[in-house]
Amino acid sequence: MAAKSGPNVGPEPNHAIRLGVSWLVLAVAADLLIWFVWGPHLPPGGMASQADGQRFDIKVMAVMAAPVVVFVLLYFAYGLVVWRHREGDDEDGPPIHGNARVQTTWITVTSVIVLSLFGFGTYELYNSYGAGAGEGPAPIYNPPGAELTAAQQVAPWSPGKPVVVQVIGQQWRFTFRYPQFGGFETTFLAVPDNQWVQFDVTSIDVIHSFWAYQLGVKADANPGVDNVAYTKPTHLGRFTVRCAELCGLWHGAMFDYGRVMTLPNFQAWASASNTQFASVTKLLPPYATTYDPTVIPLFKLSPVLKALGVLGAGGGYYPPNDPTQP
Amino acid sequence: MSLPVRVGTLIVAFLAVVGGVIFVVIHYLLAGPPTVDYSAGVTPNSGQTVNIMLQEDAQNTVSNHPDWVSYFIKDPKTGVWEHTTLFKVPAGSTINVTILGYDGCTPLRNPFWGRVTGTAGDVENVNGKPVSTLDSWGSCSVAHTWSIPSIGLNVPVASPPTLKENNNLCATSPCTSGPHTTVTFSFKSPTLPGDYFWQCRVPCGLGYVDGFGGPMQTIGFMTGEMEVVS
Repeated sequence: MAAKSGPNVGPEPNHAIRLGVSWLVLAVAADLLIWFVWGPHLPPGGMASQADGQRFDIKVMAVMAAPVVVFVLLYFAYGLVVWRHREGDDEDGPPIHGNARVQTTWITVTSVIVLSLFGFGTYELYNSYGAGAGEGPAPIYNPPGAELTAAQQVAPWSPGKPVVVQVIGQQWRFTFRYPQFGGFETTFLAVPDNQWVQFDVTSIDVIHSFWAYQLGVKADANPGVDNVAYTKPTHLGRFTVRCAELCGLWHGAMFDYGRVMTLPNFQAWASASNTQFASVTKLLPPYATTYDPTVIPLFKLSPVLKALGVLGAGGGYYPPNDPTQP
Repeated sequence: MSLPVRVGTLIVAFLAVVGGVIFVVIHYLLAGPPTVDYSAGVTPNSGQTVNIMLQEDAQNTVSNHPDWVSYFIKDPKTGVWEHTTLFKVPAGSTINVTILGYDGCTPLRNPFWGRVTGTAGDVENVNGKPVSTLDSWGSCSVAHTWSIPSIGLNVPVASPPTLKENNNLCATSPCTSGPHTTVTFSFKSPTLPGDYFWQCRVPCGLGYVDGFGGPMQTIGFMTGEMEVVS
């Protein structure tokens, strides 16, 4: 900053005080606006514990970041107004030297902010069982009663255990399988209120991404991989389900709605669906945490198909040298 | 070179480039299969009946991808099988569909799609017999599916069931003879106008990873759109 002296120049104002007071007022105002005005409307809403947690996390990060942003913008604007070049003033500015105190303060403050956000984020991941994100086949953060093997998941559901929903991505629709309720598969996603829900997300063709927006759940659906994500719905109602991974020609149409129901309604729906889909449930492969119909026992294969072969188009997977023309 | 000649040359060159760009856009980028119109003469949302007819073949010998499996749609005015998967129906009507299944059997990647949904009574008629579920693994029964996800329609299209038939499929499309099944069903077209995509759920894109490329991703072969007009 140019310190000037001369007969027509007044004493240099205390820029630090000016900047500091202005920054404090603006930063507090910005944080209050973020927390109380903007915050309640931040995505993804409060329909589930995971969604509410994500909104809280975004609010905290915004409140931490706002003072830094305000300071940078304020300093920029102050410099433009106060230290701009004035007509007739052709004097060079004074040389700039390092200021150890300012540098140390800046590095310390920003380091503290980043490291405390790191600690906060890690705690939030632990506290909310993965924050609704896919944790892979062996999740680090699990709610009480979580069951990760297929043998455990086919046992009938009982209170205290998460409701397991297998999400199967396929071009261009998600289907959902309920191993604890008879193993039926359906195109409609229903989950109970106030219960932990465990999504075991997989795919039978390309990579998709299961995004139950208002539930705060987003997990990649990879063929041959079980990607586990948790949420706990806290409000009844409708939520949207989208694919969030470009998965082919009709990816944009891979959109549907799901519903959070009361537990009794959910159990009644599951029971009715199990009956409704009984004729096709018996055709499905045995439940597994990933979905590979080639495990359908060969004795189920008709003699004609045995003669014709089922490679590729038959639901089999190409050998390592694919793609090949069968 | 005089100024008028130079200006004239510049204008001609400019027009040639613009014309070339327009030709490429129209000929390659905007070109697509025709839309078969089943809506002519039918009042939308009047509950009237429309009969549409398709066939699925093991190949498409009238295209530049002769080894791709393909649907064809019959033009109701000319009676010609069109190499297209685009068709137009009136809103709020009963759509009677006939699909001639000339392709052989292949299992569904997900056997769940062997269940008929979205049709009248949730059934289809295979050679005149009502069927609600087809076991694509336990029997040689499914060639492709005809599915419109946004209206919950899913119809597994039956295949000729015997090994002999599957080894003697029609080889020139559009097929007019050879082993085939006749699948019929009805559904209500949506009352709201719009484009509703349809697809096959059998991974029948031979030569592509997991069978889901090529014809499965190309309009004019195993996927298309139903345009609902009001």
